[in-house]
Amino acid sequence: MTATEERPAAEVGTARLRKEDARLVTGRTRWTDNIVLPGLQHLAMVRSPFAHARITSIDTAAAKAATGVVAVITGADIADEQGALPNAWAVIPDQKAPVHPSMAVDHVAFAGEIVAMVIARTAAEASDAADLVDVDYEELPPALELKAASRDEVLAHPDLGTNVSAVWSYDSAESGTGGDVEAAIAAARDGGIVIEEEFRQQRLIPAFMEPRSIVVDPTTEQMTVWSSTQVPHFVKIFIALVLGIPESKVRVIAPDVGGGFGGKLQFTPEEVLTVIAARRTGKPCKYNETRSESLMAAHHGRDQWQQVTLAANADGTVTGLKVELIADMGAYLGLVTSAIPLLGAFMYNGIYKFPAYHLGITNVFTNKTWTDAYRGAGRPEATYAIERLMDELAARVGADPLEIREKNWIKHEEFPFSTVSGLRYDSGNYEAATAKARELFRYDDLRAEQQQRRESGDPVQLGIGVSTFTEMCGLAPSRWLGSMGYVGGGWEHASVRMLPTGKVEVVTGTSPHGQGHETAWSQIVADRLGVAFEDVEVLHGDTQVAVRGLDTYGSRSLAVGGMAVLAAADKVIEKAKPIAAQLLEANTDDLEFTAGRYGVRGTEAGMTMAELAFAVFQGHKLDGSAEGCLDADATLDPDDFSFPHGTHLCAVEVDTETGGTKIRSYVAVDDVGVVVNPLIVEGQVHGGLAQGIAQALYEEAVHDESGTLVTGSFDQYLLPGAPDLPGFDTARTETPATTNQLGVKGVGEAGTIASTPAVVNAIVDALRPMGVTDVPMPCTPYRVWKAIQEGRNS
Amino acid sequence: MTRITVKVDGSSFTDDVEPRTLLVLYLREQLGKTGTVVGCDTGNCGACTVHLDGRSVKSCSLLAVQADGHEITTIEGLATNGQLHPMQQAFHENHALQCGFCTPGMIMQSIDLIADNPDPSDEDIRLGLEGNLCRCTGYQNIVKAVRAAAGGAQ
Repeated sequence: MTATEERPAAEVGTARLRKEDARLVTGRTRWTDNIVLPGLQHLAMVRSPFAHARITSIDTAAAKAATGVVAVITGADIADEQGALPNAWAVIPDQKAPVHPSMAVDHVAFAGEIVAMVIARTAAEASDAADLVDVDYEELPPALELKAASRDEVLAHPDLGTNVSAVWSYDSAESGTGGDVEAAIAAARDGGIVIEEEFRQQRLIPAFMEPRSIVVDPTTEQMTVWSSTQVPHFVKIFIALVLGIPESKVRVIAPDVGGGFGGKLQFTPEEVLTVIAARRTGKPCKYNETRSESLMAAHHGRDQWQQVTLAANADGTVTGLKVELIADMGAYLGLVTSAIPLLGAFMYNGIYKFPAYHLGITNVFTNKTWTDAYRGAGRPEATYAIERLMDELAARVGADPLEIREKNWIKHEEFPFSTVSGLRYDSGNYEAATAKARELFRYDDLRAEQQQRRESGDPVQLGIGVSTFTEMCGLAPSRWLGSMGYVGGGWEHASVRMLPTGKVEVVTGTSPHGQGHETAWSQIVADRLGVAFEDVEVLHGDTQVAVRGLDTYGSRSLAVGGMAVLAAADKVIEKAKPIAAQLLEANTDDLEFTAGRYGVRGTEAGMTMAELAFAVFQGHKLDGSAEGCLDADATLDPDDFSFPHGTHLCAVEVDTETGGTKIRSYVAVDDVGVVVNPLIVEGQVHGGLAQGIAQALYEEAVHDESGTLVTGSFDQYLLPGAPDLPGFDTARTETPATTNQLGVKGVGEAGTIASTPAVVNAIVDALRPMGVTDVPMPCTPYRVWKAIQEGRNS
Repeated sequence: MTRITVKVDGSSFTDDVEPRTLLVLYLREQLGKTGTVVGCDTGNCGACTVHLDGRSVKSCSLLAVQADGHEITTIEGLATNGQLHPMQQAFHENHALQCGFCTPGMIMQSIDLIADNPDPSDEDIRLGLEGNLCRCTGYQNIVKAVRAAAGGAQ
């Protein structure tokens, strides 16, 4: 039985084409950079070319004298005014962090940090004048290599006295969720299996397609800020807190936003500085980053070393998992930089029944661009480690990787299941997803072909990679966030209003930037209120319209925000009841609401929501005993996370002579619970797969030995193009979540979380007979070729 | 300043432009054609793709003065009498866009692609779109949309 069968109406579950598309395919979009205001001034930033230096002097005279220049501002000019950028997540009470200025005052800690800005009449004049700002630096030795930085060999912030921001750990024996991992490892060393690996999560760049852009209009009582952000509500609060502007005097609008992937989950130096520029000059100001600036200075993602130890019995039954990881914060803490490893901390055990677990995290500063959320945020790292380990365990036991997983995973009938890391998985069916994936992939046929290629010594070997993942998403129960040190909550807010003409206005606190909320929320409301999909309008992304909200990230929008919309719709139905009773001259007990209409039981009498809305608008026949309004607000705090899962299978052909790889087929079977719009879900999976595969094969942010970003343009940072990716075969199983009304789970990050280990497992699987047990990411042809040479020599 | 005359989406314009002005900035800032966008500064992303005399060009890689005397079509000039161009319709019907930022360039390039090759294979489509980056869709539905539009055009 699925929840779908119980629903009376048909919108939820339908592959509705997106409402958003009409403007996006015709160019009638409003990107932040499209906004032009009378008297608009343009900003250009001067950025440090050095990773670590002291600013000894800044000469702005030539820049100030240049044509069209209104002002040149240095860090010293605004040292007090700019305040400090916030970190919202202290993972331990005495977490160490340097003050994070929007503009460096006397010390720069990464290449790309802003040291001055020019305000000018045109963008070209601002940019020209920025080149005339003469900054003298005294270079300092940079802390670049993460492991060395963790040993405080060179300090990224000498005043801080250490590079270590926080050390955090979870231990199942201490927490009472499992046994002692050291004992498990010791026992496994005697006749069992112990696998020790070190994995590198390379540094990545979110690389949303729309560069960040900000416009600030200070010319009325209330300041209006347009920003290409995922989090307009965060930006509003932090402008108030950081710059001392009353919150009620700030309106933040995220108009059409061109992608985010966590990269626009930030309160940025550029936002602060554009507000300061507008406030100081009293004129509207605009800042557009160039792509080079975006790659260099917008926050990066991942960048961890993972030391992992898996203990198992000789038959492959897992007995313990120990993880020690070092995470690169980069130069500063952003909004949730410090918590990215924490968001993976509870997922290393994956879908498996580990009896003992220990995790240690060390957060470390370096003189590189600060890191923060990037699609998956902590969970891809955890999933990569455990799924790579399960393949190694299968190899050690001599078993099929799917069999070793099934031996250890939580069985369908064991849900709800309390895990060794202290989470409660509400639902799942790993058997069903795996069976479906096996069949679609033609697993047995490909294994046979693999065997054949091995036997014939084919220079092109075939590898099969498995990833049976789960993840925790739908950020997040506020109580949980509070217990983990986050200063904010995880609730979401919505309003549903019946308009006089029978149309419905829905306001959501989520802030979509490609996820299709206008379409999906319309489907939810259409079903609930019994109105037409076309009659629902969804508003979002403007803090004056969506007054309350916590925005879009962490695959939270549907499971939290969508449920808030549902709750608000239910309140509208409740509010309509006494009004319908009055107008129909019936007792409320005799009313029933079906398909958008309150009817009097046993009679033909009834009124639709549209009729009720117009009657309320007129107010002529209301007796005043019930509020004459069919608008409702709802705030919803989720009971728990949602736990999507799935089985991904990847076949890779590896040319053993060149190290070249080619994904031959990729099957993704995802269980994201009940699906509101299968078209949107499939699109989210496709995009997620692309980014996860890109981590496995292509992308890496590389700095040279002086700390300069080498991959500073799309010439060097290898964002995959259409020829670089395969076609995907996607399918779903549907195990409804039990922690929300609709039974939905998150989908935005699933593909990214699952796919990276599937690809690398396939490459290693192809080369295992050649003695290869690992290839560091990204698995470039050179690295694959090198692994083959090293394998042969070992 | 240099005087240029161009025809953009069916209307003629004569303007004085700075010689260094990029075509894309002329379109966006002087003509208000904000449907065409800038995604990078190295010519890699293709978000700014428009048609110059019927062929796709990256408008960030041309100067406005190079367009003097030529005819330009942007994403805003594709639909006629409220009817979407078949490629726009195909992108919509195949969910070939998410955030939509790359979409104008992707659609303009796709039209050029099937003008050259009316019956492209999936591989032809992927190669033909090599110069246009998308971060949202993984390209799968874009390929599907182009295939659908090509099929419809035959």
